[in-house]
Amino acid sequence: MITRGFKGRGERADPSRVPPGQYVTSDFPVLSAGPTPHTPLEQWSFTIRDTDGSDLASWKWKEFVALPQTELTVDIHCVTKWSKLDTRWKGVTFDALMEQAGIEPPASYLMAFSDGGYTTNLPVDDLTDGQALVAWEYDGSALEAEHGGPARLLVPHLYFWKSAKWVRGLSFMEEDEPGFWETHGYHLRGDPWKEERYSGD
Amino acid sequence: MASSIPWRTGEVKEVVWETPRVKSIMLAVPGWPGHLAGQHVDLRLTAENGYQAQRSYSLATPPEQQGIALAVERLRDGEVSTFLTDELRPGDQLELRGPLGGYFTWEVKQGGPLALVSGGSGVVPFMAMIRHRAARASDVPVDLLCSWRTLEDIIFRDELARLAERTDGFRLSHAITRSASPLPPGVYGRRIDRAMLLESLPRPEAKPLVYVCGPTPMVESVANLLVSVGHPPERVKTERFGATGGAS
Repeated sequence: MITRGFKGRGERADPSRVPPGQYVTSDFPVLSAGPTPHTPLEQWSFTIRDTDGSDLASWKWKEFVALPQTELTVDIHCVTKWSKLDTRWKGVTFDALMEQAGIEPPASYLMAFSDGGYTTNLPVDDLTDGQALVAWEYDGSALEAEHGGPARLLVPHLYFWKSAKWVRGLSFMEEDEPGFWETHGYHLRGDPWKEERYSGD
Repeated sequence: MASSIPWRTGEVKEVVWETPRVKSIMLAVPGWPGHLAGQHVDLRLTAENGYQAQRSYSLATPPEQQGIALAVERLRDGEVSTFLTDELRPGDQLELRGPLGGYFTWEVKQGGPLALVSGGSGVVPFMAMIRHRAARASDVPVDLLCSWRTLEDIIFRDELARLAERTDGFRLSHAITRSASPLPPGVYGRRIDRAMLLESLPRPEAKPLVYVCGPTPMVESVANLLVSVGHPPERVKTERFGATGGAS
């Protein structure tokens, strides 16, 4: 349906890089459901849990940032419609975490959990083969708290709510279960190229 | 699996300037399934050359009212907001989808007390909550603290004042951050701070449900202050809009 009188800026975003319904921003907007947590680094740890809740591996902050590092430059897409191109991150890949823990993923799904109680669910297949980081550096500097620091998940090929801020661990699940936004009407997987914004899309 | 929320066509019934920069847009939406106070819609605008833009706007109307209303702030260089405030007129049709968002919502049956803190057009979802409360003749205690740049930026000013005059448990406070002129009695002439949160909202001991909506830096600051005066983080819900956080 044509909207009478609407012209837009007329600069169409590159459709090979910007998914449908998104616009490009040079800002870095913030979306959070609650106050920003501020966990001291000496109390911070990152834990990988098996499907029965037992710990498979855990690292304190200093151990974590000493893990093998990967730099990624990627485009990110928020369900609130903004996309930001060529963002630069440093962290440890999901693959490297599995290798360092000496395990193979024991199930096909996991729940990322964060300070402040945030959770988001992900299929393991969306994290492997270098697709995902736990990142602690953005654009060459320590990741700021309001953008998810000290460390956040980065899964750039899914809407950005899947890139859990303030992430403290991953908990494997036999079945896919909804996390925080997914129980509040958002899509279970969230592929921006398929515009999987809301439940049922 | 739930089925997808469909795009609908709404007809613009009325557009009203609320302030020099904010316009209310009243729409009739055939098939509208109803909504909760605090929810939003996505608008989708399509130019003749096929170019599309989507944006989210909170609903200002309560579930009890026929039709829906948005309040749109005209942003300089806002591709969508300048169209909505400058060009849109009654009789136009808009594509929209909703209601969306099931988190930043409130119903009378959830009780209270409620502590609502807004920055600028962040007041819109709270307007839906307050109108919902009034429509239900509820006496749930609600304190609303609104921050504005100047007095003339206050959206829904008269309606809010009228509701506060009822003294039925709804208390209203305004904070003006940039005004040079003298302010009316009872209006704070500074940014929201700890003392203001303690004075104008229920104390943490009253265990209020706290909602904060506004531009990111304001929400970040207020949410941190609320936690520092003793509100448990899990009882503080935030909704942020607009441009940048710190790192850009």
